[in-house]
Amino acid sequence: MRIAVCIKQVPDTEARLRVRPDGSWIVEEDLPFVINESDEYALEEGIALAEKAGGEVVVFTIGPARAAEALRKALALGAARAVHLSHAAFQGGDPISNGRALAAAVAREQCDLVFTGSQSDDLGYGATGSVLAAALGWPHAWLVMGFALEEGGRSCRVVREMESGKNELLRLQLPAVIEVQAGINHPRYASLKGIMAAKKKPLSEASPEDLGLDPRAVGKEGAAVELVAVRSPQSGAGAQILPGDAATAAKALVEKLRNEVRIL
Amino acid sequence: MAARKVWAVLQQRGGELNRQSRETVAAAQELASQVDAAVDVVVLGAGGRPLADRLAGEMAVERVLCGDHPALETYTPGAYVAALAPAIRQQAPSYVLFPHTYQSMEYFPRLAQQVDGAIVPAVAGFRLAEGTVLWTRPVLGGKLQADVRVKSASGSPVLASIQPGAIAADRLRAGSGAVEALPLDGLAGFVPDREILGIESAAKDEVDLSKAEIIVAAGRGVGGADKMGVIEELARALGAEIGASRPVIDNGWLARDRQIGSSGQTVAPKLYIAAGISGAIQHLVGMKGAACIVAINKDPNAPIFAVARYGIVGDLHEVLPALTAAVKEAKGS
Repeated sequence: MRIAVCIKQVPDTEARLRVRPDGSWIVEEDLPFVINESDEYALEEGIALAEKAGGEVVVFTIGPARAAEALRKALALGAARAVHLSHAAFQGGDPISNGRALAAAVAREQCDLVFTGSQSDDLGYGATGSVLAAALGWPHAWLVMGFALEEGGRSCRVVREMESGKNELLRLQLPAVIEVQAGINHPRYASLKGIMAAKKKPLSEASPEDLGLDPRAVGKEGAAVELVAVRSPQSGAGAQILPGDAATAAKALVEKLRNEVRIL
Repeated sequence: MAARKVWAVLQQRGGELNRQSRETVAAAQELASQVDAAVDVVVLGAGGRPLADRLAGEMAVERVLCGDHPALETYTPGAYVAALAPAIRQQAPSYVLFPHTYQSMEYFPRLAQQVDGAIVPAVAGFRLAEGTVLWTRPVLGGKLQADVRVKSASGSPVLASIQPGAIAADRLRAGSGAVEALPLDGLAGFVPDREILGIESAAKDEVDLSKAEIIVAAGRGVGGADKMGVIEELARALGAEIGASRPVIDNGWLARDRQIGSSGQTVAPKLYIAAGISGAIQHLVGMKGAACIVAINKDPNAPIFAVARYGIVGDLHEVLPALTAAVKEAKGS
């Protein structure tokens, strides 16, 4: 079984973010980048399945040169090979153009199953995996909190998260795209042995032509949506910030809770 | 009659509308007035005619399009896409709005791919600027907001999901419309893409936080299962229940039955202390009904401060022990 895992490298959400002076995006220089959180869970799900059921994991990403670091990490965790859609034409896309590009890459590698995260922590569209599934003509499920192969790999059993604390149990025929929710498993850490082995594993780069795609149909040019500007949310109606060191602020808060909220 | 159309595709279960659906109709009415379009409401289901008739007597819309078919009795993405894609291609609405729910988010991107549409999820607001609609939506976990637009040359339908609270349901203009059957050519010979085996509770439901008067909630900023002590001590001093945002649960620092937010419990205590919680929308929908929200976070730009009444910017591992001491002193213990 060949398992595709599609990941994205994103800014560390814990980092202090600064908007560029022209408002076009955030300042990326000196920003730490990591594998998107739900994609880490997707990677663990794929690697664990390959170990259990046999087969290999091929990991895919769209991103600039720095994204190769995320692929190396995936190889260190247990993926067999990596495909980097690094060509300039692939960059700056939206779910429509990225889903199209990933579908072509997954089809070229003849994968039987795709795992990916449900949502990226940067642009947060939550849609790329679903577009990828539609482009392949495969069924998909979003916010998956449980996965098991059935019928010798012809189908799978999936737990899909619903609102208000309920889960739906589903059966999907393979091939399928499984969009994983953070929390489905416990992602492993890379071992030293894995990190050493990753250096020798194949990491290939792909251009639109390699995938039989028109360069104008992918990336920024192939996107339906464009980003105009980013900004900090309006803070007008925000909190009254209590100043001073921890002890001073804590005392001030207790005063407020007692006198204004009347709760203590 | 305006030539352009805005559709609002509503979510219903057992003939009852999901709460956010009315907000989505209000958003469609607002958008239609900005872009000079007519509003159609779309309801999918089996035996959905009574609901369609009721909506047609309540809302100022042109049409209520009722998609009535056994394959639509229970939601599946395959049936919903098969029902809506040909209808969108035939009737060419310029905008198709959905309530921003887990259900919409699962199928509408697939639908967009099928109709060559644009995908704009989690819309918090929109406005007309230089003849095009600018959509405002959260990025980077809600730390920033982005304005996005659909490329002008595309001419393709825009499919967007409307965040809860983006437009208040009470802005829905009352009136009436005509009920029409939605043509369902796409469901002829439809083969289901999934089999539904059942529904279960995500957690064991041992803890009911909905009746708690005070909740101390932990976020990712706590930093580890071994660092939850400061949360527990403050909760003890206040006589509070402990809750958490999703990352705390996913990391196994606390049991899932204490999760607050869209996939956990919805709470409305008198006092909610959010410690180390940045305030992603998925968390906010579960707790913004609290009477008083206190936010403690080291990042002054964390979105939680926008909904809080009081805020302390600082390391929670310093602030919480100080707060516990101040609470004990105030209670005279």
